[in-house]
This record gives sequence, structure tokens and C-alpha cells, in this order.
Amino acid sequence: MTVPDELSYTPEHEWVSISGTTASVGITDHAQRALGDVVFVSVPPPGTKVTAGEPCGEVESTKSVSDLYSPVDGEVTEVNAEIDDDPGLVNSDPYGAGWLFKVQLAAGDGEAPPGLLSAQEYERLTANPQ
Amino acid sequence: MTDPQSPAPRRTPLTAVHEDLGATLTDFAGWLMPLRYGSETAEHKAVRTAAGLFDLSHMGELAVTGPAAAQALDYALVGNLSALQPGRARYTMICAADGGVLDDLIVYRLAGEEFLVVANAANASTVYTELTDRASGTQAVVTDRTSDYALIAIQGPNAARILAPLTDAQLGEVKYYAGYRATVAGCRVLLARTGYTGEDGFEIFTRPQDAERVWAALSDAGAADALVPAGLAARDTLRLEAGMPLYGNELGPDVTPFDAGLGRVVKLDKTADFVGRAALAQRAKAAPQRVLVGLAGQSRRVPRHGYDVLWDGVPCGRVTSGSPSPTLGVPIAMAYLEPAAAGQAGRDGAGRLAVDIRGSAEPAALVPLPFYRRPA
Repeated sequence: MTVPDELSYTPEHEWVSISGTTASVGITDHAQRALGDVVFVSVPPPGTKVTAGEPCGEVESTKSVSDLYSPVDGEVTEVNAEIDDDPGLVNSDPYGAGWLFKVQLAAGDGEAPPGLLSAQEYERLTANPQ
Repeated sequence: MTDPQSPAPRRTPLTAVHEDLGATLTDFAGWLMPLRYGSETAEHKAVRTAAGLFDLSHMGELAVTGPAAAQALDYALVGNLSALQPGRARYTMICAADGGVLDDLIVYRLAGEEFLVVANAANASTVYTELTDRASGTQAVVTDRTSDYALIAIQGPNAARILAPLTDAQLGEVKYYAGYRATVAGCRVLLARTGYTGEDGFEIFTRPQDAERVWAALSDAGAADALVPAGLAARDTLRLEAGMPLYGNELGPDVTPFDAGLGRVVKLDKTADFVGRAALAQRAKAAPQRVLVGLAGQSRRVPRHGYDVLWDGVPCGRVTSGSPSPTLGVPIAMAYLEPAAAGQAGRDGAGRLAVDIRGSAEPAALVPLPFYRRPA
């Protein structure tokens, strides 16, 4: 399982990459493995206000459906249109081509918002389920 | 994301093989089973187009033997097992006195006085207890043989070609629902032409100590024929496409075989009395209380077990199983509908039938079962 050092994580298995005042969001390698083949992802359309820790979409896989939680406060600026045609990108490249949406951060100071986990913390979380 | 269940699940004789293959393992009915090895969709498609190899060692095997074995099964089950020829198998059910389904079963008649009853893992102990009770005082002995068998299935259009060079059985003569003793890879097995995928295929009961050898021989022989190991996730979508019921979803103690559209397994014309006869005879004559139907989704959101089915926005039934269909490319589901709604939907369902998918009514169409039938 891959947990890139440079990303931040949520306990609900999203990753977030903050660059300037923009956050890119996806689901982790751990999450895609647990879900199995992703068949459909519903993400908030551009313009949607999202709140950290609140559900903002869902990920359908063969066996189950899971809520997608926003890791940050802000407004959605872009969604990954490729995912609509090829939801399998979430499985094959969860941290790259499988990114889901981008958020203009409400705080706007470029700092990682509170409550997110470091790679080390996330690794510990997923090593000890429950 | 794991299902907390105690105690530690049982390992099958092949669990180490699955671990070596990098399988995602899951606790299924108290057994540690491969859920998938890589992509379950790829495994599903491999079974439809080539072949898949499954470990089904979690299934319960119960031997019923003795001079009264056939009579005991005629009383215990809804089928007419005394009419079953040695070397043949039958799909049947064990019901409660009220006609509710306790399990669906495959029964093999290995010899005149020797039967093997294959039960779902979750129900194996119930079936064992019920068979023992129902056979008590007769000259039939019920033995739990689950630990004495590993069960390997090879399923798909290439299955027979892969298996043929490894077995002494003449596969051309092994008909659907035949099951008899043979050898595979030099090991003594019970070889059956049965399955739960909608494809041609075989189920091979081996001794536990032979399981790895038989699995390896099939894997090696199948490498050139696109055989892949396949997990329980693919098994579930394969059986759903094939319209086959799953205990706990389409079948349960509140459901009779007639509800599930499987009234044909209830042999009311057999002379012997059997547990559930009175209730089932009544049920056979009465108007159905619900109808099992197939649904195809018209969006990409997937109807799941337990979701309400809506007719003009009003609940008229419930989804029992649902998943994306890798073969058809749309979400599919089985559901129990009120008979009136099912009838109306069959005539004029367009735009009126939907599934409540987490609060939004997603349009669905009534489609005939099975969703998939293999090319003749």
C-alpha cells in the first residue's frame, strides 16, 4: 500500500494535496483497495461550497458505496472529467490520474487545515483498523 | 473498513495459496476467503470469456448414509431424492415446517445408500442439526464432513478443455448436474458438473491434503487458456447475472421457494411426507404475496440490497441483490415486488418504476431473469 509522504489525509481515507490556495482531493490507495473496482464517482460540481468532514459525494464500487468527505473548507473549482469516462483511474492511479476534485481554500493562507493526518499518522491508522 | 467479527476465521486448505497470490481476504461466514485477487471485474469477465478458478472450501458437506438415507432426505428436504440416480446431483432446499427456506442445497447421490449434501457455509450447522433431527430414529446417519473436503471450482467456456487432460473422467459424458468419483491430477476426487456462475464448469471435491496439488495442476494447465483465480466478489456478480438466488438475499426463513420463483423444487407429488409439506401445499395454491423480478438501472448508481423499489414514488418492494453488471454494463438488481406492482410494471413500467438510491428515485426497468444466459 502506498502513502505518499507529501500528502495529507483524512480518517475517512481521502488524500489532499495543497498548492498555494488550491487543494486537490482524491481517495487513498488503501481506500481503493478496500472498495474494489470503482464504477462510478459522484463529486460536487464546480461552485459547490464544501465543508471539512462533511460528505460531498460518493464512490460506487462493485460491492459497495461509500461517502466521499471533503478534507477542507472552500469552494469546488474543478472536477476530474476523466473519472466520468474511466472510474477505474481511481484504482489504477489513486494519487495521480485518479484525483477527484479541486477546492479553492476558504482560509487562503496555503497552510494545511487542522484535523488532517500526516502520512505517518494515516499509515498508523490503516495498519490498525478500528 | 473490515467487518469486526470474532473469533478468528477458519482457514481453508488453500488459504496459503491465496496469500501467496496477493488476494484480498475477507471473513465470510466464519471463513477466511479470497474476495478478489486483483480486479473483480477482470475476474468476472475471465469467467465469462475464458475460465476462473475458485476456492469454495467454506461450503458445508454433510454425508447422509445408510439403508434409509434416501427416505430420510425425502422427509427432510422438499425434493424427491429417492428418485435421484447414483452419479447425479440435484438442486433442492430444506424448509421449516412453515415453508420458510432454511437453506438451498445441492445433493449428490454417490451410491444407493450414500448422499452428500452441500450447504451454504453460514447455514451448515443449522442444516446439520436439522438433518440429524429429521433422520433420528431411522437407519440413516448424518455426518458433518466439511473438514474432510476442499472444494475447487473451475468455471467458464474453457473449463472443460483445461480439465480434460488432468482427469480420467470422459468429460463429454459428464452431464450437467452429474457428480461422481474420478481422479484429477492423480488425486481421488468427487467431480461434478455444477456451478454458480451461469457458465459451464466443474466443482471438484478433494481431500484437504490434495487441494494445493489439484489447484496448482489446474492453474498450470489453464495458463495457456486465460484461466485466472477468481474470488467471492466475482462469484457474487456472476451468480447475480445468471439470476441465481443467494441465501440471505433472495432466500431466507421468511421466504418460501414459491416466492423466489423456485416452486419447481418443491415436489408436492412425492408420496412421502416431508417437513413443510402442509404449508407449502397451501402456498402452491395461493396467490403469490410477492414476486422476484429483475431490474436494470438507467443511471450509473447501483441499487443495493435493502433499497426500496418505488412505483410512482411509492414503495412497492425491496432490492435483494444489486451490483454493476460487468457483462451488460449497467446496474442490475433482483427485487421482491408486490404482485400488483410487478404486473403493472411488466405492462407499463416506463418512467414509473424506480429504486430509492439513498434518497433519490433512480429510474429502473423491469427485465426478464436471468440477466445473462450463456451462448448455446
